[in-house]
Amino acid sequence: MTFTRRDTLVMGLGATVAAMLPLRATASTEDAIAAFTGGASVGTGGITLTAPEIAENGNTVPISVSAPGATAIMVLAAGNPNPDVGTFNFGPLAGSHEASTRIRLAGTQDVIAVAKLADGSFVQTSAEIKVTIGGCGG
Amino acid sequence: MSDVKPRVRVPKTASAGETITIKTLISHRMESGQRKDSDGNPIPRQIINRFTCDFNGENVIDVKMEPAISTNPYFEFQAVVPAAGEFVFTWYDDNGEVYTETKSIAIG
Amino acid sequence: MKKPIAGLALAAALALPSVAVADEDAKLIINGEIELVTETEPAAHLDGALRSVRSGWTFRTTETQALQMDDFDNPGMIFVDQALDSFETVDGAAGKSCASCHEDPAEFEGLRAQLPKYNEEAGEVWTMEMYVNNCRTERMEAEAWGWKSQPMLNMNALISLQSRGMPVNVAIDGPAQSVWEQGKEMYYTRYGQLELSCANCHEDNYDNYIRADHLSQGQTNGFPVYRLKQANLITQHNRFRGCIRDTRAHTFAEGSPEFVALELYVASRGNGLSVEAPSVRN
Repeated sequence: MTFTRRDTLVMGLGATVAAMLPLRATASTEDAIAAFTGGASVGTGGITLTAPEIAENGNTVPISVSAPGATAIMVLAAGNPNPDVGTFNFGPLAGSHEASTRIRLAGTQDVIAVAKLADGSFVQTSAEIKVTIGGCGG
Repeated sequence: MSDVKPRVRVPKTASAGETITIKTLISHRMESGQRKDSDGNPIPRQIINRFTCDFNGENVIDVKMEPAISTNPYFEFQAVVPAAGEFVFTWYDDNGEVYTETKSIAIG
Repeated sequence: MKKPIAGLALAAALALPSVAVADEDAKLIINGEIELVTETEPAAHLDGALRSVRSGWTFRTTETQALQMDDFDNPGMIFVDQALDSFETVDGAAGKSCASCHEDPAEFEGLRAQLPKYNEEAGEVWTMEMYVNNCRTERMEAEAWGWKSQPMLNMNALISLQSRGMPVNVAIDGPAQSVWEQGKEMYYTRYGQLELSCANCHEDNYDNYIRADHLSQGQTNGFPVYRLKQANLITQHNRFRGCIRDTRAHTFAEGSPEFVALELYVASRGNGLSVEAPSVRN
């Protein structure tokens, strides 16, 4: 494969822009969603993701997901080396269709939650979480 | 891992049909497989990959866990308590070990 | 603040781009029961160096603060549980456990609030680690634990917890005075290529930011601390090392006489704050 000067310039610009932006969704995030939904279309609404705007440390970021009537909620961190975070499957004795946990984020990025509802449809939501990089690595 | 220790918080009593909140915490490194040791060799992944909570044999929640779950995994969720009985909490380690904890709840 | 409305978020972003905002007026009440003193009048020996003395907890975000407000949510308590097991575990040639001499960890109520303190028999200032290891080598005839080994961190957390809520009250007079003076001199000495003293950050600039880091007063009443970065308990001397290394200096070793002196001096700056161990910090 050969690159023209213009290709190289465009790629260089792309790299600069990428370096300035938060970590964004990659193909593997799309793949993970497709694997969960079986390729079905994904709507919005009826799902809540609660997370801090800013996390003091990416090692332990508290999040909660809620989707009334969901049978399962998958959480993805689009900017992590591997976007999978976990999937909550709710059983017959679930008291609500919500759960909280603590997750690792490699940097500022979108966290995505996708719920499978009882009728087999899917909804999703996302939130950007800023991860601060401190001056005192200590 | 000998230092793995589950902690579970479940109310001691509930009224029949009540929804209660459960919290669980377990000490575990959750080695992600992304880190390297001081010689630059990758540290192999060793995480808890699944957590389940059942009550009297019926499932409350079944969580598939990935390396992005933090060290010392924490979960908070709700369960319906139809009758007196026993919650069973189970954590599955990549190394094949299974850690369990049980909590009884009375109706009152 | 979980998810403020868009307008608020925008205002916050304009005022403080990408920095975590702490709620300075929050009250630290643990398990809905124990209210801790997180701000107090400076002790006389501070000579007006601080307007008020504030726990590191007051500098953290709402989410980090919340982790310390319920013992179940506090991951540091896992290690307290582990220490309860090792308290009962026989180790060493004498065939003893901690419990052979000390029936209940509750016996140690108040100890953490006074440490480090002058030990008459040894003729020097001792920290928690030194007391624990003295028991291990002299009474149990077991091997000393490493300063930052997991069992030492855990035991320190368990014993410190017995004093939670009590005011830090280290003695700085009498035989401890010369060590305290040494620690004070270190506190104001500029170290490293960046020529920074403890005071440059934690006295002159607390509440300001180093990049995105919200500088605290460097109080030690919460140690051992469960640090989110390490996802483990850490010692005071570990934190001292980190700070001195960040000034690009050669640092002192954990357990060195220099750090014992600094530990005493820094503790005395927090006299009056509640013992918070094991606290949670970022």
